Amino acid sequence: MIETGDFWLLTVLLGAGTFLIRFSFLGFLGRSELPEWLLLHLRYVGISVFPALVTPMLLWPAATGGQTDWIRVAAGAIAFAAGMRISVIGAILAGMGAFYGLRALETLF
Amino acid sequence: MTQSAAGGQPGRAFWRGYRDCAPFILIVVPFSMLFGVVARDAGLDVLQTMSMAVLVIAGASQFTAVALLQDQAPVFAALAAALVVNLRMAMYSAALVPHLGHAPLGMRALMAYLMVDQAFAVAARTYEDEPGMSRAEKVAYYMGCMMLICPFWYGFTLVGALAGNLVPASLELDFAAPVCFIALSAPLLRSAAHVAAACVSVAAAILFHGLPWSLGLFAAALAAMVAGVQTELWLKRRAAA
Repeated sequence: MIETGDFWLLTVLLGAGTFLIRFSFLGFLGRSELPEWLLLHLRYVGISVFPALVTPMLLWPAATGGQTDWIRVAAGAIAFAAGMRISVIGAILAGMGAFYGLRALETLF
Repeated sequence: MTQSAAGGQPGRAFWRGYRDCAPFILIVVPFSMLFGVVARDAGLDVLQTMSMAVLVIAGASQFTAVALLQDQAPVFAALAAALVVNLRMAMYSAALVPHLGHAPLGMRALMAYLMVDQAFAVAARTYEDEPGMSRAEKVAYYMGCMMLICPFWYGFTLVGALAGNLVPASLELDFAAPVCFIALSAPLLRSAAHVAAACVSVAAAILFHGLPWSLGLFAAALAAMVAGVQTELWLKRRAAA
């Protein structure tokens, strides 16, 4: 269970913090120069955070109590392949399709 | 109505942004609905779920925050992790300054509030492709992109929150969360340096998995950022030599 007080504290601060991140340059830092090294690192934020977020979700999902489920790993790999070759939406469709397809096969055999 | 150039006027640019972002409804609808379902599943009520969606409008960080709170992580650890997930938007904010920085403060605040990944990507590409767009058209185009995404984000979070208890657990909808992140990561692999960052990110996430409070996420993201930058610098030095 999530404590009510914890939830609101987190939500309000996350909302404010996220707004400040979005507003940062556009809002008040636009005129000042940012250090080059920081801009360089900011370009890698997305590709550094997402894989680190996904890896434990795929390998030790909360839904299975942390047990590795090879169908999830395989469907994740298929989603990634589709993302590289087709598109973002293609990746989502391929990933979910492979997941339910493999689950169906699993129950059949 | 012609679709040529950026449209001669802001009104047209607005609707063009609206249309250009339309394919992303396919992502926003399941993603926001999923957040509604997952949040209810974690024990939040409809008001709490909607408050988070409206105050934050950043799906990835909302999922992160709820998952960590549910795992009994301290509030500030969950907050810090969710904010790290959103740090990439500082980069979007910087990238938009040359195009939107002239707008009045209130408008810039509204544009900042509405900033989301896919719409940013579409707007940034259009600005680059069409340097002839006027400032007013750029603002209108941006608002068109975001005004399409935003109502769907709120609306389908609500649908998910209301229908949450109807979705059987056997459907395993939670799997859509990693799939969404994978789908968003693939197009980011633009260079060898980005691939290096992603590989380090995965390896470090496995290595640091045992750390409490999602510290593993921070450690892995930091290591990956440094790896990406160092690879880029190394490749540049090698090309220059």
